[in-house]
Amino acid sequence: MNSGLPSEQSSGLWQPNRQLSKRTEGIVKSIFGAFALISVVTTFGIVLTLIFETFEFFQEVPLWRFLTDRQWTPLFSNAQYGIWVLISATLLTTGIAILVALPLGLLAAIYLSEYANPKIRKWLKPALEILAGVPSVVFGYFALLTVTPFLQRFIPGLQGFNALSAGLILGVSIIPLVASLSEDAIYSVPDSLRQGAYAIGATKRETITSVVVPAALSGIVASFILAVSRAIGETMIVSLAAGQNPTLGFNPLVPVMTMTAFIVQVSLGDTPAGSLAYKSIFAVGMTLFLMTLALNILSFWVVRRFREKYE
Amino acid sequence: MTVQNPQISGDFSPAQESQFRPAMAQRYRWDRVFRLATLIAIIISLLVLAILLIDVLTDGLPRLNWQFLTSFPSRRAEEAGLLSALVGSIYLLFIVALFSFPIGIGAGIFLEEFVSDGWLANFIEINISNLAGVPSIIYGLLGLAAFVRLMEPITGGRSLLSGGLTLALLVLPVIIVSTREALRTVPDSLRLAGFALGATRWQVVRDQILPLAFPGILTGTILALSRAIGETAALITIGALTFISFLPESWKDPFTALPIQIYNWVSRPQRPFHINAAAGIIVLMVLLLLMNSVAIYLRNRFQRKF
Repeated sequence: MNSGLPSEQSSGLWQPNRQLSKRTEGIVKSIFGAFALISVVTTFGIVLTLIFETFEFFQEVPLWRFLTDRQWTPLFSNAQYGIWVLISATLLTTGIAILVALPLGLLAAIYLSEYANPKIRKWLKPALEILAGVPSVVFGYFALLTVTPFLQRFIPGLQGFNALSAGLILGVSIIPLVASLSEDAIYSVPDSLRQGAYAIGATKRETITSVVVPAALSGIVASFILAVSRAIGETMIVSLAAGQNPTLGFNPLVPVMTMTAFIVQVSLGDTPAGSLAYKSIFAVGMTLFLMTLALNILSFWVVRRFREKYE
Repeated sequence: MTVQNPQISGDFSPAQESQFRPAMAQRYRWDRVFRLATLIAIIISLLVLAILLIDVLTDGLPRLNWQFLTSFPSRRAEEAGLLSALVGSIYLLFIVALFSFPIGIGAGIFLEEFVSDGWLANFIEINISNLAGVPSIIYGLLGLAAFVRLMEPITGGRSLLSGGLTLALLVLPVIIVSTREALRTVPDSLRLAGFALGATRWQVVRDQILPLAFPGILTGTILALSRAIGETAALITIGALTFISFLPESWKDPFTALPIQIYNWVSRPQRPFHINAAAGIIVLMVLLLLMNSVAIYLRNRFQRKF
């Protein structure tokens, strides 16, 4: 190693300590590697926590009661654990949210990517980022104290807590997610496709709806699925505005209790660790986790499976 | 049929016309409708944001004064303030930064600079993207089981430290991803030049790559912190919603934070508390906008093209 190096003749300034450098490199690499593994540890931590407490829960409450009971009253003396009550409420708020976020988000993405000129775009994107950065508790305030009283003027049967305004504002809160992910997908459609469509006489709208959007469909669908997953897991808007009343059914005008709202309700009380109510939030959390995980994997799969490759 | 220019449709012979009806006027009308629809979509989204901000400002601004900022929560809305929540949020911010910055940046450097695309990198990668999709309330359940219950002797139960650690885990995927993106913008030629001079990977990263990527990393981490500061669900789950009328002295003390105090006020039936909530929201949003503008400033100030 040393034979070719000018170590003897060179000045004292050039004194590389190769051994030290190597050792430092090894130490740094293993520390950073350990840091990277923390994400894996977190995942295992989540899964183990949920499995452990959920297992304990199902020791006391049989799984079939969890799936078939028609009421959710874990804090009553004759407790019932029908998870469908919470799932139906979650699906209701999520459904309303998607009805809002899907068309608005997609159209906004099309505007940003296809119509907006660079100057307007420069202002619109940060504005949408602000919308994305608004904490959900603020949206909850807005849904409960502004939107509900406003809607009550038009909808007489609307109660103070309801799934409707929670779902509407939940939808608004996920518009930026749909818009920015869809825009990425639309933006990455190569220009040659658009030019081709124009060349055979299509108008701009026809180009967008029958060439650009289909070409970007895998990315758009993936963004929708992620938006559904986000809406299912959202907590503060639904627990503030949708209420805390577990009822089975899909009436948007009355208070309902979503899965996340139930976890909040129990967390706010003084539930001793180890009690059945304490374990029930982990069982609900497990259900929530599995639903969002399935959606996230589905979204990942859609992008992989249906991606159109160009070039 | 040969390609025709639809603009000169008037020149068609009747026979051709029966097969080829460009109907341009109608199609252009639909074009305008569609364009308008996309514009309306984005205006509606931003209009909601504007109404939200105006609504909060008109409700909360009159309440926002020095007394509000320097008082503890109270059962009487007029005397209540958000001192403990403000201080709690700032402490939380420090704890989250203390844990999530080195871990997130280190993990990002490891994944981007030290491992090649093997199964390990793939595995961690899938893991991180999955974690990014986990609802925050699930992190709250993890924090409750791991930090509040299991590690109670260290964290002191429902303490600042438990809250900070839970939030740190929550924002970790964001920091890792933005670190990697920032590192990716530094061109490979700089790395190769470093290696050519005989530097080790770590020396190249420390002395060449990291200084160049740092503004980008900082931008991402500030945005991650601003997500942590608005987070409510995870903190409620670990049991942070309590009546705190003192300032925490150590990180084993119980605490409250801005979004939690706001949640508390919103969920009360009396109107004066709702006004307090609006004032609290103004403080929270000002804090968030401040952090975001620092991030944007950094991005613009240090952005460079290679």
